[in-house]
Formats: sequence, structure tokens, C-alpha cells
Amino acid sequence: MEIPTGSGHPVRTSKHVLTALVENRPGVLSRVANLFRRRNFNIDSLTVGRTHRDDLSRMTLVMDGSQEEVERLEKNLYKLINVIHVEHMTDRPSLYRDLALIKVAVSGETRREVHQLAEIFRARIVDVSPESMIIELTGEESKIENFTDLLRPFGIVEMVRTGVVAMGRGEHTLEHDSYQPRAGVLGSRKSVL
Amino acid sequence: MRLTGAEIIWESLMHEGCDLVFGYPGGAILPTYDALSKYPQVHHVLTRHEQGATHMADGYARATGRVGVVMATSGPGATNLVTGIATAIMDSSPIVAITGQVPSSAIGTDAFQETDVTGITLPITKHNYLVADVRDLAATLREAFHVARTGRPGPVLVDVPKDIQIATTEFEYPTEPIRLRGYRPLGAASPEQVAAAAKLLRTARRPLILAGHGVLMSGAVRELREFAESAQIPIALTLLGKGAISEHHPLCLGMMGMHGEAYTNNAIQEADLLLAFGMRFDDRVTGNLATYAKKSRKIHVDIDPSEINKNVKVDVGIAGDLRAVLQQLLPVARREADPAWMARIQEWKKETTARDVIHEQAGDKLLAAHVIRDLWRFTGGDAITVTDVGQHQMWEAQYYPHERPHTLITSGGLGTMGFGLPAAIGAKMGRPGEEVWAIVGDGGFQMTMAELATCVQERVELKVAIINNGYLGMVRQWQEFFYEERYNASPMVNPDFCKIADAYGIPAVRVTRREEVEDAVARARAHEGGPIVLEFVVEKHDVVYPMVPSGATLNAMIRRPAATPEMV
Repeated sequence: MEIPTGSGHPVRTSKHVLTALVENRPGVLSRVANLFRRRNFNIDSLTVGRTHRDDLSRMTLVMDGSQEEVERLEKNLYKLINVIHVEHMTDRPSLYRDLALIKVAVSGETRREVHQLAEIFRARIVDVSPESMIIELTGEESKIENFTDLLRPFGIVEMVRTGVVAMGRGEHTLEHDSYQPRAGVLGSRKSVL
Repeated sequence: MRLTGAEIIWESLMHEGCDLVFGYPGGAILPTYDALSKYPQVHHVLTRHEQGATHMADGYARATGRVGVVMATSGPGATNLVTGIATAIMDSSPIVAITGQVPSSAIGTDAFQETDVTGITLPITKHNYLVADVRDLAATLREAFHVARTGRPGPVLVDVPKDIQIATTEFEYPTEPIRLRGYRPLGAASPEQVAAAAKLLRTARRPLILAGHGVLMSGAVRELREFAESAQIPIALTLLGKGAISEHHPLCLGMMGMHGEAYTNNAIQEADLLLAFGMRFDDRVTGNLATYAKKSRKIHVDIDPSEINKNVKVDVGIAGDLRAVLQQLLPVARREADPAWMARIQEWKKETTARDVIHEQAGDKLLAAHVIRDLWRFTGGDAITVTDVGQHQMWEAQYYPHERPHTLITSGGLGTMGFGLPAAIGAKMGRPGEEVWAIVGDGGFQMTMAELATCVQERVELKVAIINNGYLGMVRQWQEFFYEERYNASPMVNPDFCKIADAYGIPAVRVTRREEVEDAVARARAHEGGPIVLEFVVEKHDVVYPMVPSGATLNAMIRRPAATPEMV
């Protein structure tokens, strides 16, 4: 996507996924959410959940923006005392998953067709009633979008998605204790105040 | 030792070296005020409004380099802190605000004087806390002081419900090092960063240092001077950077930006290397970003990584403690000055001097700039001045050169009218041995003038100079320049300020002619035992020159009309 800028040169924007390890304390979510409004960031989705450690939560943020905006978001996240570590997942091989529950209208004739589509996408049918089915699908965002496009002609009655969660592939982990500021010549040194 | 939460608050303050608290009591903080009598080591200053208390804590912090402490009750007490807290965060001033809160069981019920103060102050504090358990209270307060004073300093608020002030627990002040996993203040630069900066420095012909508040906050005044002298690089100052180097130093070019001198702004626009030290390229110093300093490469050192590349893209960004970084840069700083660059700056300077209002014969008018200049002369240029916001603030910045750090205290980032008087009280109480002047306009003074009573109650030997032009002067100036002289809502019908002072039992002198300034200042300086007020009735239709119109290119300035025959 290209958005016009004051200087007349378009700035290239794209989807960025950031993961943040935060202290599991009351109010942390509102601090992060407030930051988006306060600093004028446009966030596509935000998920928060617990981790294998009681004291840590993990957030996944999806943002559409330029590289500079993402760096600005990252630095501002680090200004929050409860944010321990932030990582730009789109910089490295990572897994992205989104979960959707889709309630689709069915009749005697269409039930079989919907069932077949679900099988092709490896989606699960988790509820069946005379006039509708609930289908559960996990995958990358694009997979979910393709699937919903195909279901749309049947009539999507209701739909909910969790938002994207992400994890780096292989050995890579989000550090939580041993984090050291990374030094960079261009002011991209990632650390807190 | 078993103590109540209230006692723990005072014990913790003492452990943090605090012996002065500015505040205002009320229902939800009463248990804490009740315990105050057990702690005579801590002096509490009763203000007339919680906003005043916050500005006092701020002024105290800026004058002393220590954390200022303000205390207030829940609800309206807490919301009255908001302007002061926002002022403090914009200028990175370390204060700790302690507010009472309704009892834990009543939180969320819209109880009497309940307000969500941690929610309200979330975007204007560096961090804030709602204490949920009396056993966490001491550690929380300790953390609050640590966060407020380290890294990029800023305000921290601790909200303490009433039941937690009453509850008791075993008290022992924590001594182990504070370890916050998400908070590690930065130190020195990496060798790569130093090398990259050195490389730019080697090839620069027209370098210029932009020195900001960070120089003072990191204690890098000596390092800055050594660096500048060794590399023979002139220095321009931000408003809050005044005092980072003596303004009489041959390398100092004075203030930059919207009301900076033309030669300073010209130098920025013509430089081929800008070294931005502890400043944040605020719009008031850059003007139009698209045309700002296009001929220069830029090195930016700031303690806050989010400031780097925020407004101005830089070639070398160093997030770190300025003092440590300057120590690293000093060995690579040796270079010869380029005489052509220095000569050019001198030439611009000469042209500016010719237009200076200082040389203007005012006739029977009293010009505010002349008052400020005389204040500088008759105080030996050595007072701590605390200003309010507006024209007088800019005239102070232009005509009261500062030689020492922490001698100008002013609301730069937020531009808070009403800041001057209370901040000056805080500054004087923090540094009682210094001569402290509050320089305020008639508009801003009236926002917080109730604090004169605080001044009297505490016998604060403060000198208050009211620059009275019967207008919201800076508003009037913008209306004159940009709104076709429609002076809507800027003229002020003022009370008799000398009678106001008299009602508080404060001596006051009204000055209407320049010949009277010297005597009035001398009388104020000689006055002991409490405050004194000088009212300077100045020319109404005066304008601060030069001026970069908001959003214009930095050196496209509205200049003072060229020399007229009356000028000497």
C-alpha cells in the first residue's frame, strides 16, 4: 500500500507483526492500548495471553505502516516500564496463526458442499444445527480470508477471530531475563529509557 | 517494626532523602497527614491549590536536581495535579506525586471524591501505581523514586487507598538493588557509534552543537564545554538548554528556534554537521521540518531512544547518557576551527546586534526587554530566574544570559501559564541560599497568584517581578501578526497588583519608568523575611522579535524593523 506524504514521495507501508513480552500485572493492557491512541498508531489487531510463566504475558500486535512507524512503535513500547522485550517477527522466519469461528447458513442441499470445503481447508465442524454449522479454522490470516470468501455465498451468519499470534521458528525464543540492549549506529538501539 | 501505611509513606520519603513535601490535605489522605506530626524531619508546605503544589515540586526538582514530592487527596485534589504532572513530563522533571484514594472496597463505585487518577494520569506520567496491599507500599514508593530520577527523568504517581494508609504491616525499608525487568536506563555508546560520530566530525567544515535540557539533566556541563572547546564548535541552546554553557562563552550563540536570534537560526540552516545533545527537535526549535537544516548531517545523542529519528532523521543516533557519551567522544573531538565558518557567524551576529532592542531609545515608554536587561544587570546576572509563559518568557530567554546550570526554570514543552510563581517558590525553598526571581506576566500570574499566601506563610524570600502589559501579550502578538489585529479575548482588566500584594502583607513597588528600575530591584534584593512584589507597567503593544511564524522555515524570520534614527 502506498500512502501520500507531505513531501510528495509515497511511503511504502506493509503489515508488520510485533511480539511483546510484558509483566502479567493489572493495567498493562490499558497502558499498551493507550500508547496506540496517544502516539497515533494504527493497530490492526492485538492479542494478549498468558505464557508458560505466571509472571509473564505475551502480546502480538499487527500494524500496517512504514518501517519507520514500526520502529517508533517498538521504541515507545519500550518506554513502558512493564514491557520487558519487543521483537519484530516479520524480520525472521516466524509462524503466524489466527483462529476463526464461522457460523454459516446451510440447507439440505448445501450442507455437503460446505462440509467438503471445510475438509479441503482442514477446518473442523464443531457445531451442527438444522439451519447452520459452526466451523473452526486455524491458520495464517490469508487462509482464513480465502476460506471465508468461499463460504460467503452460502451466507455467513456470524464470525469471530482471535487475531494473530506469532512465534519465531526453530531455536529462536523471546528472551525474558537475559535481554541486553542491541547497539546500532542508526539509532535503532533497542532498549528502554 | 510494625507501622501503618501512613507511617510507611513518611518513613519511605525520608529513606529517599526527601525532607520537603508540597501538598494539600483532604479526606482520603487524612490518615497520612495525621501521621505527619511523628515526622518533624519532613517539612510540609501547605499550598493554596494542588496545581501550585505540583509546580512547586517541579521547581524544587529543577533547581536542586532532586526528586520533588507533592501530596494530594483523591478526586478533585488528584485531578488538580494534572496540569503540573503534564508540565513535568514534557520537561523531564522528576517528581513523585502521592495521592490518597477512596478505600479499596469503594473503588469503582463512584464513591465521594473518587476519581480514576491512575487512568487519568496514565499518558502524562512516566509510570504510575495503585497500591493494592500495604505490604507493597514501601517497595512501590522506592521504585517510584527510582523511576522518577533515573533514565529520562519524569513524574511518577502513587495512588494509595485510605484503608492501605490505615492498615499495618512489618516495616523494613528494602535495601537490595532495584531490579525492574522492563526498565534499564542506558549508559555509554557502543564503539561503532563513537566511530561513526568521529567520522562525521572529521570531515565537517561547518559544525554546530545544539545543546538541550539533557546536558543539564545528565550533569554534562563540563563535558560539553570541554568537547566544544577541543573541537572548536559553536553551541546553540534550546530554551531549556540555557545554562548548559555560559552564554558569555565565545562559542555560545544563545537560544535557537522560534524566538532565537537570526544568526543562531542561520547557523543551523547553514551548518554541515549538527550535533544534537540532549534535545528533541521540538517544533518550536525546528520550524518547518521539510526545510529544516537540509545542508547538514546529524548526530543525535539522547537518553530516550524514541526521540531519535522521531522528528528529524539523523545519520548517527546514539541512545545513551549524554555525559558518558561525551566522555567517549572527547578523545575524537580535537579539530581546528574553520575560520570562514566562525567569520560568517560573526557577520550575521553583527547584523543582528544592529537591530537589537537594547539599543533602542524607549523615550517615556517602559519596554519589557529593557526591564529584563536591567534585572540582569542589577542582579549581577547571577540570580535563579523562574518564568511564566509568554512574551516575558521569551524576553527573559533573550535578555537574561545565564552562566550557571539550573539557573533558568521555565515551562518549555507544555508552556504552562501559572507555572512561574509556584515553581519559583519551590526553587527558592530548594536553594534558599540563592537569589530567586519569579518573572511573570500579568496573565499567568493571575492563574496561580493565590500562592502568594503560601509564600507568606512559609516566609519565602522570593522576588516577584510582574511584567504587566494589560494583555495576554503573546496572544496579542499572534493576533497582530496572523489574525489581522483582531484582539479577541486578549486585553485584560487587571486588579491593582500592589494592593493585592498589600492584602497579603507583602511590600510592593510599582515601576513605570526605566529610571526607577534600578532602585526597585535594589530594594527587592535588600528585602528580607518574606516575598516582595515589583510591578513593571510596560508598553502594551510590544512584540518579541525575531519570530519564526509557526510552521515556517527556520531562517524565514519576522525581524525587528531595521535601525531607525532614534536608535543609538
